Amino acid sequence: MTIDISTSLAEADARPQLDGTQFDTLDALESEAIHIFREVAGEFERPVILFSGGKDSTVLLHLAIKAFWPAPLPFALLHVDTGHNLQEVLDFRDHVVSKYNLRLHVAKVEDYLADGRLTERPDGIRNPLQTVPLLDAISENRFDAVFGGARRDEERARAKERIFSLRNSFGQWDPKKQRPELWNLYNGKHSPGEQVRVFPLSNFTELDIWRYIARDNVELASIYYAHQREVYQRDGMWMTPGVWGGPSEGEDLQTLSVRYRTVGDGSTTGAVLSEAGDNEAILAEVAASRLTERGATRGDDRVSEAAMEDRKREGYF
Amino acid sequence: MSDLQARSPRSAQLLRLATAGSVDDGKSTLVGRLLYDTKSVLADQIDAVTRASVDKGLSTPDLSLLVDGLRAEREQGITIDVAYRYFATPNRTFVLADTPGHVQYTRNTVSGASTAQLVILLVDARKGVISQTRKHAAVLALLGVPKLVLAVNKIDLVEDPATVFANISAEFNSLTSSLGWASEDVVEIPVSALHGDNVAVRSENTPYYDGPTLIEHLESIPVDAEPHRVGLRFPVQYVIRPRTAEFPDYRGYAGQVAAGEVTPGDEVVILPSGVRTTVTRIDTADGELDSAHAGRSVTLVLADDVDVSRGDVIASPADAPEPLGEFDATVCWLAEKPLRPGARLLLKHGTRTTQAIVGTLVERFNEQELTSEPAPESLELNEIGKISVRVAEPIVADDYTVNRHTGSFLLIDPAGGNTLAAGLVGDAIAAVELGERV
Repeated sequence: MTIDISTSLAEADARPQLDGTQFDTLDALESEAIHIFREVAGEFERPVILFSGGKDSTVLLHLAIKAFWPAPLPFALLHVDTGHNLQEVLDFRDHVVSKYNLRLHVAKVEDYLADGRLTERPDGIRNPLQTVPLLDAISENRFDAVFGGARRDEERARAKERIFSLRNSFGQWDPKKQRPELWNLYNGKHSPGEQVRVFPLSNFTELDIWRYIARDNVELASIYYAHQREVYQRDGMWMTPGVWGGPSEGEDLQTLSVRYRTVGDGSTTGAVLSEAGDNEAILAEVAASRLTERGATRGDDRVSEAAMEDRKREGYF
Repeated sequence: MSDLQARSPRSAQLLRLATAGSVDDGKSTLVGRLLYDTKSVLADQIDAVTRASVDKGLSTPDLSLLVDGLRAEREQGITIDVAYRYFATPNRTFVLADTPGHVQYTRNTVSGASTAQLVILLVDARKGVISQTRKHAAVLALLGVPKLVLAVNKIDLVEDPATVFANISAEFNSLTSSLGWASEDVVEIPVSALHGDNVAVRSENTPYYDGPTLIEHLESIPVDAEPHRVGLRFPVQYVIRPRTAEFPDYRGYAGQVAAGEVTPGDEVVILPSGVRTTVTRIDTADGELDSAHAGRSVTLVLADDVDVSRGDVIASPADAPEPLGEFDATVCWLAEKPLRPGARLLLKHGTRTTQAIVGTLVERFNEQELTSEPAPESLELNEIGKISVRVAEPIVADDYTVNRHTGSFLLIDPAGGNTLAAGLVGDAIAAVELGERV
């Protein structure tokens, strides 16, 4: 059952009649996420959806649009552009914004580097530099709820995350001071200056996301599907050359069939060798993989045993 | 549909479960074992655990490191906060709330168990049913957890395991039956989380046990989505009014069915106003539904242009609840600052948040003795008691023992916004004391 949710459904009688008694894992996860979106719309003044163009934030947006159908999405999008994004992802972001007629805020790391508010790291990795522009954008726009596509299965520190996660006025997460989360009663109360990060996909796993993408035929950035790309190998990952540098000496460019499993910064996210060109092939590949998406292709999580926790404490997702 | 999707657990049911138990009974190891044996842990995660175990001087991988993810947890070798884990078998997918066993036990057990359809309670075979087990069982009974598993862990470390297991099982059965569980809802399994005995693989070390492994039990136990004890309850979350050229007059009431079922053509009553109308359509972005049961997020379109807003409840007229302005409730106090009579708080029930004043503290519950002492001066962190509450706007609730979703609420600090208490409408304590489980 696939419907493009942008389809006009003016003639209500022509709409398909669905069997309401069937309710599987994906239905339960979808209903939970929709419930969360509507709670935030009902209780907050200025929510915003963090949108990176990656598969999780694309599914997040898809669910948000479904939650308010047939009304327009009552939230804007916020993208933190590190300046190291793959062009296909930026193109996809702009395509989605125009397809659904959305409002998009962009916070640019490049602006911060240009005027000295941030300094380039010696390793050239920009993911950690996103935190300051993100927090500034939140406070300048007075966003009080910020949706993120994080899933608890991604990482051990994320497994501790609440669905409504209170951040102090510095945007910091304190894992020891989390509110208990009971039943499906989400507490969004916060003091001025504090914000709530909201994670409607908390209970999805990577496999659930791909099954959901396949079931709902969610349109994704093209880099998730196998394509020919000029890449070089570094630390066991296939990297794309770009403004972020590379290849270095001894790293040879080759044209290979690859796809991206996660979309992060071009300087730290690698592609995997793959022939999987459609959702079914990817589902088979993900189900059979012996590596997590982060272990396979995210250099930033390899920094230390608690890299994610440390970044979240600083205000990152 | 492709072969792959047909084979994959896409159509599988979701089971929500939680763990409970005291410190050092091996909960993290059991959870690590569940993830490991269901192949929910991938090679790079195992590599990381193996590396960390070697760093700690251990000869075998410490599976508890799979789940204890915070710096402080790894430093101290304990679990600090509730964490959520995911695993799947071909028949079911599982969301597991992994709760820590140390000091803040009630707070964490309540959090984990509030959404659980099943709880795995652990005991150490060498210690048996201890006071903490009794307290946990009482709290789980209070919260209406439908199914229990007692995992008798470290069974490999006792002298006469058959007798030990039989004695612990008998004692636990008598405890849970006095708390109102039917015997078919409670199962005891002898396990060794460390060695994997009876977790995913039937153990040759336990010839006296002929029941299912833990995984077999979790995948096969029937769990009803929601028993039909009450008719439709639909807390209105958000009014959908597009005001677009395409949908100039559309007005739908968005929410998640909290209890019962709704079908187009059903007569309904809007509460608290009491106005009656008919449901004409159940909308979703994918199409109309011919019915929607508890757990589904949908949008209802009504026949008449009635006044309905967030916080109202759409219910079946046959058994519609009376809106409550004053009521008794059981609360689990979750905050450091004690509760005293006269406290002015916020109360969140369903989609309604209203001001509340706590009247008298009627009694304090002793989870150990299953008795109550009347009129305490305060309720402290982790204490459970019965209180009277008055609310500024009436709430449309059922008794918690009849329906967990429509009978639960939060008490919130109006100053800082923190969640102070888990609330259960009605006298859940009396039901537990009398072993009257509905």
